[in-house]
Amino acid sequence: MGHLGSGGWRRLLLLPALWSIGLAYAQSPGDAAFLSVLGELRDATYSDKAVIAERLSQTGHRSVRAVLTALMEDRLCYRNSDQKILIVQSADKDPAELIDPLTLKSAGSAPADSLAKIGTNNALRHTVRTVVAHFALSSPDPAVRLEAVRDMLRSLDEPTVALLRERLAVETNAGVKREIGNVLALATLDGSDAKARLEAVATLSHSVSQDVRNRLALLLDKSPDGSFVETDENVRRAAAAAVATIDQWRSFYSGIETLFFGLSLGSVLVLIAFGLAITFGVMGVINMAHGELMMLGAYTTYAVQMAMPGHIGLSILAAIPAAFVVAGLVGVAMERTIIQHLYGRPLETLLATFGVSLVLQQAVRSIFSAQNRSVVTPDWMSGSLQLNGALAITYNRLYTVIFTLIVFLILLAVLKRTRIGLDIRAVAQNRVMAKAMGIRTEWVDAMTFGLGSGIAGVAGVALSQLTNVGPNLGQSYIIDSFMVVVFGGVGNLWGALIGGMSMGIVNKLLEPYAGAVLAKILVLVGLILFIQTRPRGLFPQAGRAGEDK
Amino acid sequence: MKRTTIFMTGLLVAGFGFSKFAAAQDTIKVGVLHSLSGTMAISETTLKDTVLMMIDEQNKKGGLLGKKLQAVVVDPASNWPLFAEKAAQLLEKDKVAVVFGCWTSVSRKSVLPVFEKDNGLLFYPVQYEGEESSKNVIYTGAAPNQQAIPAVDYLMKEVGVKRWVLEGTDYVYPRTTNKILEAYLHLKGVKPEDISINYTPFGFSDWQTRVAAIKKFGSAGKKTAVVSTINGDANVPFYKELGNQKISAEDIPVIAFSVGEEELSGLDTKPLLGHLAAWNYFESINTPANKAFINQWHTFIKNPKRTTNDPMEAHYIGFNLWVKAVEKAKSTDVEKVLAALPGLETPNLTGGTAKVLPNHHITKPVYIGEIKGDGQFNVVWKSAGEVPGDAWSDYLPGSKDIEADWVTLKCGNYNKVTKKCSGQNYK
Repeated sequence: MGHLGSGGWRRLLLLPALWSIGLAYAQSPGDAAFLSVLGELRDATYSDKAVIAERLSQTGHRSVRAVLTALMEDRLCYRNSDQKILIVQSADKDPAELIDPLTLKSAGSAPADSLAKIGTNNALRHTVRTVVAHFALSSPDPAVRLEAVRDMLRSLDEPTVALLRERLAVETNAGVKREIGNVLALATLDGSDAKARLEAVATLSHSVSQDVRNRLALLLDKSPDGSFVETDENVRRAAAAAVATIDQWRSFYSGIETLFFGLSLGSVLVLIAFGLAITFGVMGVINMAHGELMMLGAYTTYAVQMAMPGHIGLSILAAIPAAFVVAGLVGVAMERTIIQHLYGRPLETLLATFGVSLVLQQAVRSIFSAQNRSVVTPDWMSGSLQLNGALAITYNRLYTVIFTLIVFLILLAVLKRTRIGLDIRAVAQNRVMAKAMGIRTEWVDAMTFGLGSGIAGVAGVALSQLTNVGPNLGQSYIIDSFMVVVFGGVGNLWGALIGGMSMGIVNKLLEPYAGAVLAKILVLVGLILFIQTRPRGLFPQAGRAGEDK
Repeated sequence: MKRTTIFMTGLLVAGFGFSKFAAAQDTIKVGVLHSLSGTMAISETTLKDTVLMMIDEQNKKGGLLGKKLQAVVVDPASNWPLFAEKAAQLLEKDKVAVVFGCWTSVSRKSVLPVFEKDNGLLFYPVQYEGEESSKNVIYTGAAPNQQAIPAVDYLMKEVGVKRWVLEGTDYVYPRTTNKILEAYLHLKGVKPEDISINYTPFGFSDWQTRVAAIKKFGSAGKKTAVVSTINGDANVPFYKELGNQKISAEDIPVIAFSVGEEELSGLDTKPLLGHLAAWNYFESINTPANKAFINQWHTFIKNPKRTTNDPMEAHYIGFNLWVKAVEKAKSTDVEKVLAALPGLETPNLTGGTAKVLPNHHITKPVYIGEIKGDGQFNVVWKSAGEVPGDAWSDYLPGSKDIEADWVTLKCGNYNKVTKKCSGQNYK
């Protein structure tokens, strides 16, 4: 970039040439030049490194982008023994897997302490990011190109603008084209052609990006003496209109964002309540150990991940049935040994299951230690989906919403379309009659409890991606799950779904104004008032089954 | 035959009785009061192990005053009232000579009346909000002027930050620190609309709205930074969400006062590259003392992957200071040890010296580090020499005139204007 001092240049020229090792590997003059510049990175200061990065990019070598990306991600280092610069696959692996910076092919592995990192800081990364963006502009992936254009927006200068103009002529992707158009329009704003500037403002008014908005808002600023910074009145008027339009769109998108946040919080609430909707709703058992069954699900995820270290993404999927089985079996065991002796005695059930919850917590503490376990998030679940300049949706939340809906549909199908579902509903509606019809009610009880517990375990898999996996995981969600079930109407899956989602959305609508703590309190107060007027919740069970609950 | 049996039994009983008596005579009990479960276990378990390591080391050197040290470990389970109960147990039942413990300020505040009533001695190893100086506590962690203020100065001068988000967990440390920082920022000419303060509960995990709000606040065209006093395991989902919403340190750097190597070790640090932390020690600082300490830690804990961190160094300093004070006083009596402590010096792990000040705080160097790809810190700024800890902040109107001095004034809360001592008023 032009703003870098020339002092670094001069100092670099004085640097002794110690690139003999690099030369030994060189196959062509281009490679030699590239390696020699690369070698300078070893003991340069941060500001020198920025200059070296620039010079590396000027060599035009095909490995420049990979090397600079590695530098930016803290993955560039040199070997202590022969001073050779290498890229490591991952910054925190030991032994580190090495990549040759010239050929970009694997160069074996080495213990981490035989390598020295080439350090970076925020300022250096900022520069390197712009340099890398120039290269990323010719990537075959449109998403990478889009990201590159957005990165260039951060520091716009003559060569960048020229590069973007060139790219615009050959660009095929509409989204990237539009983004380049925006950036070029921003550059035009700094020019002096009145007509071009007006057109630029018109182009920019279709953007929803915050950077564009801030740039346009600058046109409306007044200098300290009261006069406008922008002298052209037409441009100023157009800019004011454009800012208003952008603000309107941005507040619209931020509304959608809040709605999504609410849905995602709601889907967590729904997911943790499903199991309870079955055990508490259908069977009438107040299961205080429900949270601990979720905790077991989360720990199962951890255990599965430990068992298949090479396949993080797959392990999450494998953990879903595993967690269902583990939590379900624990549930069946609980039902057979304790709860079945306590039917019709809710207070004693409550105390007994509370006891079970303490036992389960302590068991986990003894097996896994009291420390939190870290469950790795697979790559496809981190990051966010950038819908446009104003709206991005994080993947982990998106998948949670989808996952909740899938679990809901499966559960609905099981209850409505299968034999066991029919039995469960029959026993829930009228136990004596069901028994008279030949249904083994005791077996159905055990299966129902097992199903509810298994679903709690599945919820635990989702929670392991959103929160800390520790012995206290269950405690922090048990109240929420009871709230959802009571609000939605006891014994009703639709109630849990609608109830949980609406509680999530109300919570998130309140949060920006009231703060996280107060928002939750307000939701709780609202719930209490609601229960006062409709004690059976949103969707009360009709008929005789509802009467004797 | 029968007589022999009786005789042998008698001998055995006597032997047991004697050895028990001898044990009571030859050990000095050291209390360890750290949460080994609950939300703070992530941070505090390591400190328990550090104290055990130091005790082990001291015993290998032949103990203290010719006696062996014996650790009494209790688990207050991140439960603040339980801290007071366990402290009383240590002081009244186990009669420990000294206690190393507490992390959160709320736990320290809860044990404070117990230590003052029973005249115990507590070494508190964590950076905290200041506004306190007790006769019975030695604060080996940083006061705000040894961490928070230099951190804000760094961001203001070196990074050019104009807009500030003060994000904290809802309890006494973040609230007081943020009060001090807010006053300080106002003093430096930052307008109220450029400061956003927010609190979330312990163990908070649904960060999406807050992080989106930070992103929005930070995109107003002025360089923005987040000063985080988030404590405990809530940090893990917070940093995850920062990564997911693609807030990079180049745009909005987050500087944390409670996130160290230990907290990062359970985290994928790729998205956190370049975010900052201010501490008085980093594992990555290359000094012979630090290298030896890290080696000793790895040998003791039998895991070469375990990290060291700032509060561990504080316990290292605190333990060595206590040992020196006991040797100087030739007694473990709390009054005598407390009298011996001010003025004592011990080397810290980063090549400097920690000295106990009359206000029961110590001198510490300040470091600011950027998170690297391997979960370690890259030091980007360091104070010139050690900064003496200031118990009462100079930036809060109520505490400007207050001084703590346990040597000449014998007071932790002395008002220089009214010339009155409010005793050990820690309110």
